[in-house]
Amino acid sequence: MTAMDDIEINVTVNGRTIKRRVEPRLLLTDFIRHEIGLTGTHVGCENGVCGACTVLLDGLATRACCTLAVQADGRRIETVESLGRLNNLSPLQRAFWEMHGLQCGYCTPGMLMLMTELLRENPSPDRDTIRARLNDNIRRCTGYEDIVNSVERAVELMRAEGPVR
Amino acid sequence: MAEAGKILSPPAGRQRERPDQRLNVIGTRMLRKEDPRFLIGRGHFIDDIELPNMADAAALRSPHAHARIKSIDANAARALPGVVCVITGEEAAQETGPLPCFANPTVEQRCLALGKVRHVGEPVALIVADSRYIAEDAAALIRVEYQPLPAVSDMMEAINSRGDTVLHPERGPDNIAEHRNYTFGPVEQEFAAAAHVVKRRLRWSRSGGQPLETAGAVASYDEGSGKFTIHVNGSMYNYIGFTIAAALKVPSHQVNIVPADAGGSFGSKLFLHKVSVLAALGARTSGRPVKYIEDRIDNITASDNHGSDRTYDVELALDASHRMTALRYRVVDDYGAYFQYGLGTHGNGFSQTVGPYRIRAVGAEIYAVFTNKCQQGACRGFGSEVTNFMIERIVDAAVEELNLDPIAFRHDNFIQPDEFPYQIPTGNLYDSGNYPGALEMAQQMLGYQDWRDKQQAARTQGRYVGIGIASCQEKGVFSATEFWMLNRSPGFALTSSPESASIKIDPTGKAVISLHAPCWGNSPETVAAMVLAEQLTLDPADISITYSDTDHGLPGTGPGGSRYTVMIAGAVTGAAAIIKEKLTRVAGHMLEADPRDLEFRQGKVGVKGAPGLEVSIAEIAMQAHFFRLSLPDDPTLTSGLDANYTYDHPLATLPKGEGDFGIFYPIMGHMCHMPVVEVDAETGEVSFLDYVAVHDCGTMINPMTVDGHVRGGTAQGIGTALLEEFRYDNNGQLLNTSFTDYLLPRVGNVPPQVRIGHLVTPSPYTEYGVKGAGEGGRMVAPPAVVSAIEDALRPLGVRIDTVPVPPSRLRALIREAQARRSR
Repeated sequence: MTAMDDIEINVTVNGRTIKRRVEPRLLLTDFIRHEIGLTGTHVGCENGVCGACTVLLDGLATRACCTLAVQADGRRIETVESLGRLNNLSPLQRAFWEMHGLQCGYCTPGMLMLMTELLRENPSPDRDTIRARLNDNIRRCTGYEDIVNSVERAVELMRAEGPVR
Repeated sequence: MAEAGKILSPPAGRQRERPDQRLNVIGTRMLRKEDPRFLIGRGHFIDDIELPNMADAAALRSPHAHARIKSIDANAARALPGVVCVITGEEAAQETGPLPCFANPTVEQRCLALGKVRHVGEPVALIVADSRYIAEDAAALIRVEYQPLPAVSDMMEAINSRGDTVLHPERGPDNIAEHRNYTFGPVEQEFAAAAHVVKRRLRWSRSGGQPLETAGAVASYDEGSGKFTIHVNGSMYNYIGFTIAAALKVPSHQVNIVPADAGGSFGSKLFLHKVSVLAALGARTSGRPVKYIEDRIDNITASDNHGSDRTYDVELALDASHRMTALRYRVVDDYGAYFQYGLGTHGNGFSQTVGPYRIRAVGAEIYAVFTNKCQQGACRGFGSEVTNFMIERIVDAAVEELNLDPIAFRHDNFIQPDEFPYQIPTGNLYDSGNYPGALEMAQQMLGYQDWRDKQQAARTQGRYVGIGIASCQEKGVFSATEFWMLNRSPGFALTSSPESASIKIDPTGKAVISLHAPCWGNSPETVAAMVLAEQLTLDPADISITYSDTDHGLPGTGPGGSRYTVMIAGAVTGAAAIIKEKLTRVAGHMLEADPRDLEFRQGKVGVKGAPGLEVSIAEIAMQAHFFRLSLPDDPTLTSGLDANYTYDHPLATLPKGEGDFGIFYPIMGHMCHMPVVEVDAETGEVSFLDYVAVHDCGTMINPMTVDGHVRGGTAQGIGTALLEEFRYDNNGQLLNTSFTDYLLPRVGNVPPQVRIGHLVTPSPYTEYGVKGAGEGGRMVAPPAVVSAIEDALRPLGVRIDTVPVPPSRLRALIREAQARRSR
């Protein structure tokens, strides 16, 4: 029931400061998608298993579907929209394109954010390291091998062009 | 009766574009046109659609598997602030008719249960509210009085159901949805003459497509015009979308269905009638646009798209020289609570029911039963994936029992490359193939003998390593007769399964292709752009793709049954031919040349053998659009540059009677998978040491996207083999309604590398010789993986007749085998 009053939160979303009053029970996915209008973050399983909703919260990959918007108060949120744009894709996005790291595109934003976290921690992970991190998220379309290849390709591109943002 | 064998006077084809020509774009690994928007988070998925003043809807789900609805009290829900309206089954029945059903006689399914619920999760009421949160709050306030009825969840028990256990008493006194018997060829004689008969009971458990995005619809109702607009992430809206209008009790021109990008489907969004009707009903009742999107529990319990759920008793007849002569099976298939596509999945299986083998006769007895489960729909393979499992399991059983070599036995029984086109006993035709070639390629790629040696060495160390082999068919391009040919009385006996393309070249020479089916998580934009670029020598970057709604849609059937690439190639080729004809006419005038002397080269039309004597497509387009008076005064030469073309099935015939279904699924792909697994006998865990997948889908438009389908289908097939199962208890309760316990394969469950081999045996009937490739991986991986596990555990004598085999089940099998041995 909606017994509790709305709560004011202040968050930074992709570098933009946002102040909103939200219901305490509002999920972070709904906040990002429907309050802020950033629909790149997707909802898959709704209980933290698949990772389609992965965003970075203060730099850490986080299941937005199992996080309340109020928990993000005072924190920094990064979504897929913070990466490169259409004519200026980031090395990671370009690598996914080149290596067929996506098909239907639904798990892709979560995968990109998960791998962004990994590449910031470790700019040259080996395949086992990539696979270990990839185990956090589910992909249904084309298996996982192409994503591992994509991340390896991103490492090459980053070496040539500078680190992941 | 159809006699199996090579067809001496093959049907004439309508292929315009030969496979053996030099191609510039087709066959390249062009990067996908779909990708950039998805990479920046700008797809247009169903939940991304927001309309002004839109309300959200939630469904109240039945907690019972089978019950009468005595009463529904929604007063408290209606009184909750923020609730717009609540619609019960009885109220919905005044506004809507039954949902579309393609079985004959039909089985009545309502968008909201009317009088009775027949499975857990079935929607009982729809709540429309200012937010989904409020709608779900309101759902909890609805009081439904149920009178529980006895539920049935065991398919064998369902055969004998009587009384209150019967789900659809108006259809008959039992739960047998259909019972059919078929004989193709001299089955009895072959079994009587057989030197060996191998028998197995096999169990294929219920799983589902389970895309990461659920099904949903956003509908609005314009009171001024009386017209609905329904956005939905389903397919087939330009094919059978008019049946949604019928369910809404309005004329079909009063419903416009608009496709959204689908976040995966794997069959499960083939035709989304329920979510469409619920959203539209909510919109008309509330006067506001309504979004209804299944949550994951709705999707798992009530998607209307669970996969096949079968038990086979199968027998294989062999002669003294170990040639397979006949196959006979009795199959019970648990269709769940409704029967939307009738026996379509068994009709589908009859397209390739002898696999790649020269089996002369087939006997089939099919029981389709109703149980209190979510109904079956489509799931990557549409039933033929189970047929493949059945064939390869009985082949492995013959190899085991008769102590044969699995490679040589397959070679000896394959339909040979010089025997095409080949008619199988059911009457369907295999257009082309090279099955020994695929097996040899897989053997070579794997290093088969090497692995056999390593397996021996591993065994001496007490390790259980196994090599699996499966040689399977991937039927491509359905002709639609499968949906009704098993009906006693055909009903709506449709024979069309067309696909259209519309091409418009604007005055600057840029092209837009309209497709008449959705972006369904595959690569239609890439395929269409590549074919048009090939045809017109355009730069693919100068081509964009849109998706028609039903108001603007031409005949289109949509992705499904490994057909879409073949059909898009045909439709774009046909439309391009019209465009080319006009381009050369106008160019001929501009160049003062005979159009017959012109050729297309690098975005230009020029005189053959005269370099430099040419005009660009952009110049011709400008002429065609704006300079009518500079062109000949010929009424057939109208302004503009556009074309519509509808491509029909490249090769199909009508069924000829009970023993001969005619040609209905002839574009035959093939694959041979060889996984190498290691089984941990203590834990039952299976890990992959190697995996070779050879696929033959004829000419490939884009080998990169074919690889994606192969890897993805293989991953899904591994899920089917090892993990995925909807588990219902005896009361019809679904025990795993989330991804926490309905397990999808993760990176650790699939091979680190699937080594793919492409064999190319072009179809003589399709444009460029393309065949389908979307379903193949899932259609071969389950028998291949199970074969590998059985091979690994051969020292223990473990036999696997059931999928999935999760570690728990495999451990039980190992324990049983060890107990047998110690007795």
